[in-house]
Amino acid sequence: MSGNEAIAMAAYEAGVTVASGYPGTPSTEIMENLSKYEGVYTEWAPNEKVGLEVAIGASFAGARAFATMKHVGVNVAADPLFTVSYTGVRGGLVVLTADDPEMHSSQNEQDNRNYAYAAKLPMLEPSEPAEAKELLKDAFELSEKFDTPVLFRITTRVAHVKGVLSKGDMRKSSAVCGIEKAPAKIVMLPGNARNRRKIVEERMAQLTEVAESDTFNKVEPGDTKRGFITGGVAYLYVKEAFPEATVLKLGMSWPLPEKKIKAFAASVDELFVVEELDPFLEHHIKAMGVECHGKDLIPNQGELNTSIVRTAIDPDSAPVLFAPAELPMRPPNMCAGCPHRGVFYNLSKMKDIFVSGDIGCYTLGFLPPLSAMDSCVCMGASVTIAHGMAKALGDEGKGRLVSVIGDSTFVHTGINGLINSVYNDSRTVLVILDNRITAMTGQQNNPASGCNIKGEAANAIDLEALCRAVGVKHVETVNPHDIAECKKALQTALALDEMAVVISRAPCVLLPEIKNAPHNPYSTKTENCAGCMACVKLGCPAISWTNITSQEAVAKGYKEKQKGFAVINEVQCNGCGQCAALCKFEAINRKGE
Amino acid sequence: MAATGNILFSGVGGQGILLASEVTAYALLAAGYDAKKSEVHGMAQRGGSVTAQLRYGDKVYSPLIEPGKADILISFEMMEAARYLPYLHQESKVIVNTQQIKPPSVAMGQVPYPANVLDAVSSLGIQVVSVDAFDIARDAGEVKAANIVMVGAMSAFLPMGVEVYENIINTRIPERFREVNMKAFAAGRKITA
Ligand code: SF4
Ligand code: SF4
Repeated sequence: MSGNEAIAMAAYEAGVTVASGYPGTPSTEIMENLSKYEGVYTEWAPNEKVGLEVAIGASFAGARAFATMKHVGVNVAADPLFTVSYTGVRGGLVVLTADDPEMHSSQNEQDNRNYAYAAKLPMLEPSEPAEAKELLKDAFELSEKFDTPVLFRITTRVAHVKGVLSKGDMRKSSAVCGIEKAPAKIVMLPGNARNRRKIVEERMAQLTEVAESDTFNKVEPGDTKRGFITGGVAYLYVKEAFPEATVLKLGMSWPLPEKKIKAFAASVDELFVVEELDPFLEHHIKAMGVECHGKDLIPNQGELNTSIVRTAIDPDSAPVLFAPAELPMRPPNMCAGCPHRGVFYNLSKMKDIFVSGDIGCYTLGFLPPLSAMDSCVCMGASVTIAHGMAKALGDEGKGRLVSVIGDSTFVHTGINGLINSVYNDSRTVLVILDNRITAMTGQQNNPASGCNIKGEAANAIDLEALCRAVGVKHVETVNPHDIAECKKALQTALALDEMAVVISRAPCVLLPEIKNAPHNPYSTKTENCAGCMACVKLGCPAISWTNITSQEAVAKGYKEKQKGFAVINEVQCNGCGQCAALCKFEAINRKGE
Repeated sequence: MAATGNILFSGVGGQGILLASEVTAYALLAAGYDAKKSEVHGMAQRGGSVTAQLRYGDKVYSPLIEPGKADILISFEMMEAARYLPYLHQESKVIVNTQQIKPPSVAMGQVPYPANVLDAVSSLGIQVVSVDAFDIARDAGEVKAANIVMVGAMSAFLPMGVEVYENIINTRIPERFREVNMKAFAAGRKITA
């Protein structure tokens, strides 16, 4: 069972009845799995702030509630997070943050333990799937006992690690829900909030006592020459690198048990703090006046592993390794037949434009051969960054600023940006790449796709109507597989002197109904290929180029100068037809035509 | 058998690497080992390089294999086998599907597919087993079962008997694919057993 599956099961067993999240690697599978349990209401929220607020509402009504997101999602949800720390909870409330050291699929590497400190919230942090399961149940108990939301931090190597795990007890009876008015506690006007502020501090003091007990923070005795303080997945690397050593394993990363840490430090000759990313524990331990090694030895960037930890502490133990071979890179690429490719192909042909991008599959439009994306910061920022540039550039930006955003990302935080653009008279073009799904994270439904988390029919947002409603006058919908139509729509929109929206609509090829439908692939009549490479420049993984010598060219009946020819792999081709439209020599046709 | 064994799966997104590592992990568990498997999701699924790491033993802590400690490298694509040389040691076993999937720069004709890419591995004195998994799977009735051919080929290097795998194919794989997968497994096993 993976860590994410274990967490979903634990949430169910803990009696969670309402859960909301936004898909984001490595957190996505938690909600996906939880949605399969009966008696738990689950939903995909348009963004993490909304998701957390839904969970807060459920908690206020007495339900055990759960909000899941990836690390950067907590930035979006930070506003309600800091205040729910003051209001406390009624039903247990746990907020899960899935951090991504090494940035396997993220735009930054932030360490969300800092949120626990800043928002004055307790944080629990498991090392592996089995522990995650137990600890999540404890998190709900802790939440209700101390009237506090609990932050639950996992990292990629907890979320996506599969380990052996036993099924726990049956589900506890779920919370009793009802309306209970407690304005002094949950109406955070300054007068009330000031009173709650004191309670937050008292609560932290009580939680520190919990941290001092053996419940979450345990000493594993061993050789006292070296003592290690560690937590999360770093604990596993320490155990493997130094099996003999004594270890203080922190299952609670905040608040910290000062007495316990000091006693532990006094019991060992040399103290090492081993943690991934920031020197979070180290700084707080040093602030207690305890001397220790930490980031002076252990890297503060990227994932750790056993050998990094071992050689950081014992440099002589570095093994001699075989040298890596020099090979062509194999970056990810948009799928064969991806609808986004049609838009990016067109954008790549437009001179002197700046394409402000966003987070999703279409971020891959930045890669060669299309190289049609010039910036990408965070979800929803495409629209606002283009607008900001337009204001800075004035006339120079006219007809040159395009932003691209997916359907899901548009609903996440793009709408707000569009409203701002309209309101402040932007002269930019927004392209909504509507492929009917949240594709990058693995096909999750969203408010525009017409299905809920379980795949059942749901109300769908009408994107055209929405854009018009916020004040966009020019909204045009195109089929991105039709390269010429798409080009015309982009040119028309860029020529306007007002905010314009082009909706590019065609389904993601990984949607089951597309994937399992019979394909009508294209094939190449290689004898017709003139070697112009027009189709190759599309970057479709189904098209490949074969180099030939001039002798081979002549032998094959080509012109002597022809450098090669293109071939379509019919197994990979999804029949989108984009390449056929680019071939002027009728070398690409539907099979059998 | 060492206290801990490390298997590194490599290949290209979409090749069925996760299922192959899953079947192997279940086989190890059925044989009484502790096992841990780690994979990376997200960007990696769009035709990029993909790895899965499987560790087993009496008690496994770290989910990640250390460089120089992979006992088996099983690569579902030829060039991807050579990408992980720093993970190998002298006694490692390397099992390679000889199928080639061109990365973008090769598909666009900018650079050639590296010639003799497996020589880079065998010249280090490491045992390499080449498997034409694609053809073998086609003979078994389904090209997509190439991943199970590879699992079969690897099974001879692991401590469990054939029955353990058959049991897993019977219980974990949807019925309509079972027969093909059984055949694919047996054909793969024959290469190395
Ligand atoms: S998953 Fe869908 S949206 Fe993403 S690259 Fe593939 S076809 Fe395009
Ligand atoms: S029709 Fe052309 S562009 Fe579309 S998937 Fe097939 S080969 Fe690729």
